[in-house]
Amino acid sequence: MLEMLWLIPAFPFLGFAFLILAGARLPQRLKALIGAGTVAASAVAATIVAVRFIASPPEGSVYVERLWNWMHTGNFNPAVALYLDPLSVVMVLVVTWVGFLILLYSTYFMAGDDGFGRFFAYMDLFVGFMLILVLADNFLLLYLGWEGVGLCSYLLIGFWYKEEENVRAALKAFIVTRIGDAALAVGLFLIYYNLDTLNIQEAAAHAPEEWLIGSLAANAAAALLLGGALGKSAQLPLQTWLPDAMAGPTPTSALIHAATMVTAGVYLIARCHTFFVIAPAVQTAVAITGAFTLLVAGSSALVQRDIKRILAYSTISQVGYMFLALGVGAWAASVFHFMTHAFFKALLFLCAGLVIKALDNEHDIFNMGGMKRKLPFVFWTFLIGSASLSAVPFVTGGFFSKDLILFQTWIYPLGGLHLFIAGLIGSFLTSIYSFRILFIVFYGEAGQEVERVKSRAATTSLTALTILSIVGGYIEIPRPLGNVTIFSDFLKPVLPEASPAITGTGTFIIFLVVSIICSLGGIYAAYILFIIKRNQVESLATGVPGNVLHRFLFTGWGFDLIYDVLIVRPFVYLTRLNRGDIFDLFYRAIEFFCGAVYGFVRTTQTGNVRWYAAAVAFGAVVFIGFVMFL
Amino acid sequence: MNTLFFIAGTMAAVSAGIAIFQRNAIHALLYLIVSFIGLGLVFFLLGAPFAAVLEVIIYAGAIMVLFVFVVMMLNVKGMWYEEKGIFRIGAFIGPALLALVLVIEVFYVLWSTPAGTYPLTMVGPKKVSISLFGPYALAVELASMALLAGLVGAYHLAHRIGSAAGKEEDGHE
Amino acid sequence: MNDAEALNYGMALAGLIFAIGLTGVLMRRNLIFILLSMEIMLNATGFAFIVAGAKWASADGQVMFILILAVAAAEVAIGLALLLRFHGMHKTLDTGRAAQMKG
Repeated sequence: MLEMLWLIPAFPFLGFAFLILAGARLPQRLKALIGAGTVAASAVAATIVAVRFIASPPEGSVYVERLWNWMHTGNFNPAVALYLDPLSVVMVLVVTWVGFLILLYSTYFMAGDDGFGRFFAYMDLFVGFMLILVLADNFLLLYLGWEGVGLCSYLLIGFWYKEEENVRAALKAFIVTRIGDAALAVGLFLIYYNLDTLNIQEAAAHAPEEWLIGSLAANAAAALLLGGALGKSAQLPLQTWLPDAMAGPTPTSALIHAATMVTAGVYLIARCHTFFVIAPAVQTAVAITGAFTLLVAGSSALVQRDIKRILAYSTISQVGYMFLALGVGAWAASVFHFMTHAFFKALLFLCAGLVIKALDNEHDIFNMGGMKRKLPFVFWTFLIGSASLSAVPFVTGGFFSKDLILFQTWIYPLGGLHLFIAGLIGSFLTSIYSFRILFIVFYGEAGQEVERVKSRAATTSLTALTILSIVGGYIEIPRPLGNVTIFSDFLKPVLPEASPAITGTGTFIIFLVVSIICSLGGIYAAYILFIIKRNQVESLATGVPGNVLHRFLFTGWGFDLIYDVLIVRPFVYLTRLNRGDIFDLFYRAIEFFCGAVYGFVRTTQTGNVRWYAAAVAFGAVVFIGFVMFL
Repeated sequence: MNTLFFIAGTMAAVSAGIAIFQRNAIHALLYLIVSFIGLGLVFFLLGAPFAAVLEVIIYAGAIMVLFVFVVMMLNVKGMWYEEKGIFRIGAFIGPALLALVLVIEVFYVLWSTPAGTYPLTMVGPKKVSISLFGPYALAVELASMALLAGLVGAYHLAHRIGSAAGKEEDGHE
Repeated sequence: MNDAEALNYGMALAGLIFAIGLTGVLMRRNLIFILLSMEIMLNATGFAFIVAGAKWASADGQVMFILILAVAAAEVAIGLALLLRFHGMHKTLDTGRAAQMKG
C-alpha cells in the first residue's frame, strides 16, 4: 500500500495540468470538481498511506520510494525519490486534508470569478509542490518544491492582477522570499561541497561526523538554512511580505499564507534539526528570532484595521512560536503547533472570507459589527477558532500545542525564563487581538445588510475545520493532565526529545496557572477594551503618544520604512545615478563600431551589377595570387 | 594533331573575343557559336568525344537558340541602344587589366610547375555514362533538380511578362 | 610539343577564354551581352575540367562538364527570363538602370 505514495503528489499535478490545458472550455462545476477532487483523491491516498504506515511501520519508520534518477553527472546523482517518515506523514496529512477543505470552501467562495479555473489550477499546483517539498528525499527536490510553492504564492497573491496593488504585493512577496531562498541555495551548495551528498538523511548523518560542534562550517550551514526558513516563514527580519500577501483571494491566504507554505521553514528546520544541534549558536538565534517575531507581530496585530492583515500578523506571530520551539529543541512541539495552527488559522481565514464576502468585499473591521445575529454560524466557528488561537484551556487544540511549546521553552536546557516570558507576553497579546476581531466584528450594532451563506460546501469545510481545531489537540496531552503522547511517540524516530533541565509536577502546575492567566486575561482585557470601554480606547489612540504608538505598530514596527530607507532608496538612487548605464557603454561601443563598419560597407552597394562582378573577380585575382606566392 | 589543336584553340579564343565586342547581339551569337564549335574540336582532340558532341549540341545548339529566341522576342526598334563610349579605351582598360592579371596568374601556375608526360587516351561515352550513373548518380539527380528549378523559375518569371508587358509593347508599336 | 604540353596549352586556353568572358561581363552594360559572357566563362570552366580529366585519363572531368552544362542551361533559362522581365519593367537592357536597388 505504501507504493501508492507517488500518487499523493501526482493527483494535484494532474489536476493542474488538466485545468491549465483544457480548463477554459469546461463548465464551472466541472472545474471545481477537478480542482478539489484531485486534492481529495490525494488526501484519500495520503490517509491510506498514513494508516498503513502507522498500522505496520516499515523498518526504521522510513519508507523511500525511488521514482527515477533525476540526473547523473559524476558523483552527483540526485534521485527523484519520495521519503516517508513520521514527520512527512504528519505534513502530508495536514497539507492534503486542509488543502482539500479549503478548496471545497473555494468552490463557494470563488464562484463566479473570472479566474475560477485558473484559481483551482494554481491551488492544485501549490498542493503538488508542497507535497514534493515535504516528501523530498534530497535537498534538490526539496528546493524544487520550495521554489514551486514560492511561485504559486506569487501567482496567487497577484491573482487579481488587474489591480496594481496586488501585483506589487506579489512582487514584494517574491522578492523578499528570494533573499531567503538565495541563502538556502548557498546553504545547499555548502552542504554539498562539504558533505558530498544532497540526500537529506545522508547529509544529516555525515554532518556531525564531519563538522565539530560550533565549528564555522556547521554554523554557516545552519545559518544559511535558517535564512531560507526566515524568508519562507515570514520571520524577522524578512516578515514584511506576509501582511501584503493578503491581497490574494482569502482561500489562498488560508492555505498558503497561513496553514502550509509559511510553515515550510518550520518543516525545513525540523527536517534538518541535526544541522542545528551541531550549531548551538544558530539554534539559539532561531529561538530568539522566534521570540522577537512573535512579540513584534503580536503587537502589530493589535492595531490593524484590515481583518486579513490582523490574521496575517497573527500567523507571523504563531510561526514565531514554532521557531521558538525549534530553537529550544522542542521539535515535536513545534510540529504539533504547526498542525493545530493549520486547522484553526485556516478556519479563521475562511470565516473572515465569509464575512468579507457577505459585506461585499469589506476588509475594515470597524465597518463591520453585529455579525453575530447576521451570520450566527460564522460567529460560532470564528469563536472556536479564536479560542483555539488564544489557547483557551482544556477545550481547544491551540491550548495543548502552544502550552507544550511554552512549557518546554521553560524547562528545556536551551530555553530559559526570558524566552518563556516573551512567549507568555505573546500569548497575552494573542488573546487580545484575536478577541478584538471577534468583539468588533460580531458584536456592536449591525451596519449593512448581508447575504447569508447558503453553501453546503463552505459550511462542511468550516465544520470540519472547527472539529479539527478542537480535537486536534487531544492527541498530545501533558502528563499531569492525562498523559497522552500519541503525537510525540509517533514522531520520536525522527525528532528526538530533549531531556528537561527542570522537572517536577509542581513546576508544571505553576506554569499552567500562569499560562491560563495570560490567555484568559488577554480575553478579559479584550472584553474590557473593545466592548465596555471602546470609546475610551478610541480616544486614547487619537492622543499624541497614543497616535505615535498606534502608527508605529500599525506599520508593523516600521520595518517597511526601514527597508525603504536603508535598501530600496539607496538602490533607486544608485540606479538613477547610473541611468546612462556605464556598463552599457562597452556594448554601445560595439554597436557604434558595427554601425560604422556598416556605413562603410554600405557604400559598396552601388546597385551596379558590374561592380559586384568586378569585386568578385578582383577577389579571385587576389586570392589566387595569395595562394601562388605564399 | 598539334596544328589542329592550335588552330581550333585560337579560333575559339579569337571568336570569343570578337563576340564580346559586337554591337549586334545576333552577330555576337554567331561568333560565339564559332567559338563553341572550335572548343568542341579541342575537346575531341583531348580525347573527350562525348563532351565534344555535347558542346556542339547543347551549347552551340540549344543554349544559343534560347538566346536567339529572346533576341527575337525583344526585336524592338531602338532596342540596340547605344552603350555610349563602350568601346573606348577608357571603358575597356579596367576589365581588361583585371582579366590580364588573371591570365598571367594562370599561365604562371601552369608553367611554374614541371610538366610530366601523360599519354592522351580516349575516354569514350561508355566510360562517361558508367561514371555518370554510377558514383555520380546523386549529382545527376541534383542537376535534374536544378534544371527543374530553372524550368519552373523561367516559366514563372517570363509568364506574366509575356502576357501583360507584351501587350504594353504592342501598344507602343 | 608532347601531350603534356598540349594539356598545359589547353589549360592556358581555358584561362584565356575565361578572362575574355570576364572582360565581357565587366565591360558590357547590355544584359544580353553579360549573359553571353557568362556563358563563355562557364564554358571555359567546363573546358578546364575536360583538360584535367584528360590528364588523368578519367571520365570525371567529362562528368563535371556535363553537370556544368546542366547548371549553365538552368542559369541561362532563369537569366533570360529575368532579362525579359527587366526589359518589361525598364524598356531597356541597360544594367545601370537597375542601380536603384543600391543599399
